[in-house]
Amino acid sequence: MSTTALTEAAMTQHGAAVGDWSGPASKRIVTGYGFWIFILSDIVLFSALFATFAVLLGQTAGGPSGRDLFDLRNVAIETGFLLASSFTCGMASIAADERNAKWFQLAMAVTCALGLGFLVLEVQEFVSLVARGAGPTRSAFLSAFFTLVGCHGLHVSAGMLWLLTMMAQVFTKGFRPDIQRRILCFALFWHALDIIWIAVFTIVYLLGSAK
Amino acid sequence: MSNAHHEADIAPGDEQLDHGSVAERIAGYLTGLGLAILLTATSFFVAGTNLVWEPSIPVALVVLAIAQMGVHLVFFLHITTGPDNTNNVLALAFGVLIVILLMGGSLWIMDNLNHNMMPMDQLMQMQR
Repeated sequence: MSTTALTEAAMTQHGAAVGDWSGPASKRIVTGYGFWIFILSDIVLFSALFATFAVLLGQTAGGPSGRDLFDLRNVAIETGFLLASSFTCGMASIAADERNAKWFQLAMAVTCALGLGFLVLEVQEFVSLVARGAGPTRSAFLSAFFTLVGCHGLHVSAGMLWLLTMMAQVFTKGFRPDIQRRILCFALFWHALDIIWIAVFTIVYLLGSAK
Repeated sequence: MSNAHHEADIAPGDEQLDHGSVAERIAGYLTGLGLAILLTATSFFVAGTNLVWEPSIPVALVVLAIAQMGVHLVFFLHITTGPDNTNNVLALAFGVLIVILLMGGSLWIMDNLNHNMMPMDQLMQMQR
């Protein structure tokens, strides 16, 4: 048997049998997987902030507790904005895979607007808390609250800068493979922020304003 | 995406495209959105209502949150149990393990200290 026949046989085998080792993974998989690891480490960082918040929940130093401060209607609107933006981000991913620039830019613009709406509401809430004398220096509970929710807000701000960068890159450079990989990572990041927000509105706002 | 579905693995966030037109993919995201809205609405309803037995509310909220995270992982991040996703799921499992250790451990230790230590004001009194 000649070597070419051998390699050919091996190649067809590899092509057919899924799960066989078939050379190094594509760049898209390596990049996406690496970014997935980063996101998981980011979630570990948030879990430390959540643990801090949960431990300090009752340490209000005689000041206002979550029940006196939180406006759940505001939180529900923020949640709606972020959830809708996660959906439109998914639409942008589909448009990017289909290489449809028009729908990609539209979906990303809507995602950006919804993210901006979320941030405006969050900043308004922070400003009103500080104005009512419930700033981060008032009690350990409020320090933990501002650290946790503020950290999520910073992530959303960074995500929006990234989002605008991706819109500009697709506009000037088109759907090159490297830009497609960045869009994949951005979508992972944005969806992960929404997952962290689920924990925020449950642990901080709903559980924090109970009892 | 086009270079992904002949490999043994797929990147996290990528869908298998063997059986997915644009309409089907949009339907997937819509399903996820619908389920997420349902779970979020239930969470806010349970937190604000008097109809549910009160001690059960925190447990219900945590269960609803975990369910919604699952919905997001499956429908938005496309993390599945398929063989092409093994690496992604294993990384996720390790992340979840660390999160559980970190949160559970912190709460356990601090709760134990709260039970066994004198309240801080009494401690200060003794030091005078």
